[in-house]
Amino acid sequence: MATATVPAVERENYLNKEYGVGSWLLTTDHKRIALLYLISITFFFFIGGFFALLIRLELLTPAGDLVQADTYNKLFTMHGQVMVFFFLIPSIPAVLGNFLVPMMVGAKDLAFPRINLLSWYLYIIAGIMMLHCMLTGGVDTGWTFYTPFSTAFSNTKVIEAGLAIFVAGFSSILTGLNFVVTIHRMRAPGMTWSRLPLFIWAHYATSIIQILGTPVIAITLVLVVAERALHLGIFDPKLGGDPLLFQHLFWFYSHPAVYIMILPSMGVVTEIIACFSRKRIFGYTFVALSSIAIAVFGFLVWAHHMFVAGISVYAALIFSMLSYSVAVPSAVKVFNWTATLYKGSIHYDAPMLYAFGFLGLFTMGGLTGLFLSALGIDMHVHDTYFVIAHFHYIMVGGALMGYLGGLHFWWPKISGKLYPEGWARLSALIVFLGFNLTFFPQFILGYLGMPRRYYQYPPEFQVLNVLSTAGATVLGIGYLLPMIYFLWSMRYGKPAPDNPWKAAGLEWQTQSPPTTFNFPEEPVVTWEAYNYDEIDRGHKEEVNVVG
Amino acid sequence: MFDNFPLWPQRASSTAGNVDALFIFLIIVSGLMTLLVFSAIIYFAARYRHRKGVLAEQVEGSIPLELTWTIIPLGVFMVIFAWGAVVYFKSRTPPRDAAEVYVVAKQWMWKLEHAEGQREINELHVPVGRDVKLIMTSQDVIHSFFVPAFRMKQDVLPGRYTVLWFRATNPGTYHLFCAQYCGTQHSGMIGNIVVMEPAQYEAWMSGGSNGPLSAGGEKIFAELGCATCHRMDSQGRGPNLQGVFGKPVQLEDGRMVTADENYIRESILDPGAKVVKGFKPVMPTFQGLVSEEQVNALVAYVKSLGIPVPGGVKTSESMPAPQGAPGGGSQVQ
Repeated sequence: MATATVPAVERENYLNKEYGVGSWLLTTDHKRIALLYLISITFFFFIGGFFALLIRLELLTPAGDLVQADTYNKLFTMHGQVMVFFFLIPSIPAVLGNFLVPMMVGAKDLAFPRINLLSWYLYIIAGIMMLHCMLTGGVDTGWTFYTPFSTAFSNTKVIEAGLAIFVAGFSSILTGLNFVVTIHRMRAPGMTWSRLPLFIWAHYATSIIQILGTPVIAITLVLVVAERALHLGIFDPKLGGDPLLFQHLFWFYSHPAVYIMILPSMGVVTEIIACFSRKRIFGYTFVALSSIAIAVFGFLVWAHHMFVAGISVYAALIFSMLSYSVAVPSAVKVFNWTATLYKGSIHYDAPMLYAFGFLGLFTMGGLTGLFLSALGIDMHVHDTYFVIAHFHYIMVGGALMGYLGGLHFWWPKISGKLYPEGWARLSALIVFLGFNLTFFPQFILGYLGMPRRYYQYPPEFQVLNVLSTAGATVLGIGYLLPMIYFLWSMRYGKPAPDNPWKAAGLEWQTQSPPTTFNFPEEPVVTWEAYNYDEIDRGHKEEVNVVG
Repeated sequence: MFDNFPLWPQRASSTAGNVDALFIFLIIVSGLMTLLVFSAIIYFAARYRHRKGVLAEQVEGSIPLELTWTIIPLGVFMVIFAWGAVVYFKSRTPPRDAAEVYVVAKQWMWKLEHAEGQREINELHVPVGRDVKLIMTSQDVIHSFFVPAFRMKQDVLPGRYTVLWFRATNPGTYHLFCAQYCGTQHSGMIGNIVVMEPAQYEAWMSGGSNGPLSAGGEKIFAELGCATCHRMDSQGRGPNLQGVFGKPVQLEDGRMVTADENYIRESILDPGAKVVKGFKPVMPTFQGLVSEEQVNALVAYVKSLGIPVPGGVKTSESMPAPQGAPGGGSQVQ
């Protein structure tokens, strides 16, 4: 689909304006900071992926034979901590959001460019603390830090890991803060709320969660550190504390944190589906408001992680019912995306393939969430591989597919180069197949009763585990490919035109890659979002209303 | 057929069928939803694929359609919620006359003691068709008692009791897993639930026991001198414990609590927390002086006082059976 001409001489842009390490490490340009984040989170993604690979290899056989039990426990703990706090949470907001939020609203930069840089430095400090923790012995509490195991029984580096995540949290809060202020205060003339791309709505909802939720996990981790180091009785019953209090506090953040990962991905997919079906988004208002609904309801469902933890039956009933309330806006989004395809003109470029992959995997992840919210099912499948499969379908199938789709979609804008389309389509296919092969068998394993975090398991579970490990290998290849060809394209890729996809959105109306302040002059917006009719026909079309 | 590769777990409790029925219903519902969404996506993607010279037709959303696909899923979800709630509620309400087994979890083993006095490690023998209630606590971290064939699990917490009950339906040996991550040997904290025919079970039960748990509790009660204050004539410095169990208790601060297992347990270990109206907080704590097993025995003893038979101690009807009968497993004396 890539067309249009490219200027022969390279123009000044944010990449070639200045050179040298200092120009990057002291930059306040949101686009450069986005790239700094891209490099850092990719680094942590491969560390987390390496841990996952070792986990899958250990589970190839029922006996514990590849690593020691303690090592295995550290591997799944650090896989979770790295992937959640150092990859998934920053992934789309800190990379694509950082790059695109100011451009999409027509601003020169984020509201607080220096705070933006500070957030990256906090992330790096946290990352170094986490690496130090890993290299000096690691931590084995599970990413969930359940007490009193974490405060009184584990003899690993719990404090170090807790503090690393504490610092990473501030990086996340600052990013959210920056987005909220930018979206409120820095929109270009004519860019009303109802003209904002849905990517912005999704990031706005995400930012609310980051600002309101992250302080709670920060406080909780401080309390864990205080109990562990100073023996203050907060969670440990031996010291007069309550272990369930920890779980309430932990999930009060960590459930909404799932929406920090998935909402931005929904935003990305919305942009991609509109562009590659050349359509307005069906039900713009509903898609926008469903993001806000997810952010709000997301705060009211945390105890569904605790149905068998010892909470009262009545609390469980309430939280089960509320959990379904958050499923509704997600379902509304899926229906609207599907309806957007209707009467479109659909192109099968790699970003769209990732978006299709997202739709498939997110739908399955969401539907299996209905199983887990049902109290009668949860008491059987809680803490089994069913849960593992479910949240990987959401957080890897959903969030990561969206992230990769978005990277492909905006890569021409970010790098000024085109990626090789054939390879990209192939890798989308490999990721989709590898993902399903890895995680689908885990649903069955979970219903059969295989508990999570098991280093060794009864032999009747082996066949499904072998399938899962085989899938993980395929998936690993699917993730390596884009890294290789993205790097390749930076040097050898064809120069990208300003708007290779003929996409709507202000970010496509400036050059590729953009200049430091994004636009030659402040844009004035006179059109609605996703005006693909005007782009393709040269004029506004009569809009049909159905139903 | 699938001996080494099962696709459906064994079913061995009265709850398992209910859970499976709901699970199958959910597979059908989500299967239909998936089919609906996926076939729409695939159909649209094929039917409206880009063709040269054909442009997309813009279609705006409509409120009736949006309301339809908001309200219908919500309705379906509420059915799932209600069904799930019913299954859960049933499995969380222990029948009154269930046989009781006290469970103490620790890194990394399960210690079980039948009210009749039989002790087991990592193995629990139960008869078919009888309600069994587990009163569980942990000596260290959080564990979770999970029996896939029964379709149920319950976390086991330090510092309090949690309860799980089931009625086994099929004889056999089933996995017991610890489902809550508890450290190094988490995956080694497994065992067996042995479901036996009633006759076999009677025979097994008759194998060596130190007498009922409550009798052990009575001994501890005497050794610790509890009876000096908790006098049966209600003249002591502590309340008379006769008939207390299961009854509401008026507290000094005005609250009402039910004297359940957790309340008795708390009153032994943290006596100042909920003092009975009309008494002074003079009881010393027994935290650290009694083991989890001894607390269980004391609780069982206080419960036995609740039975309105004078001096009566609840014993199993199966007690006076011959020694050395078959059946078995690792009984710990």
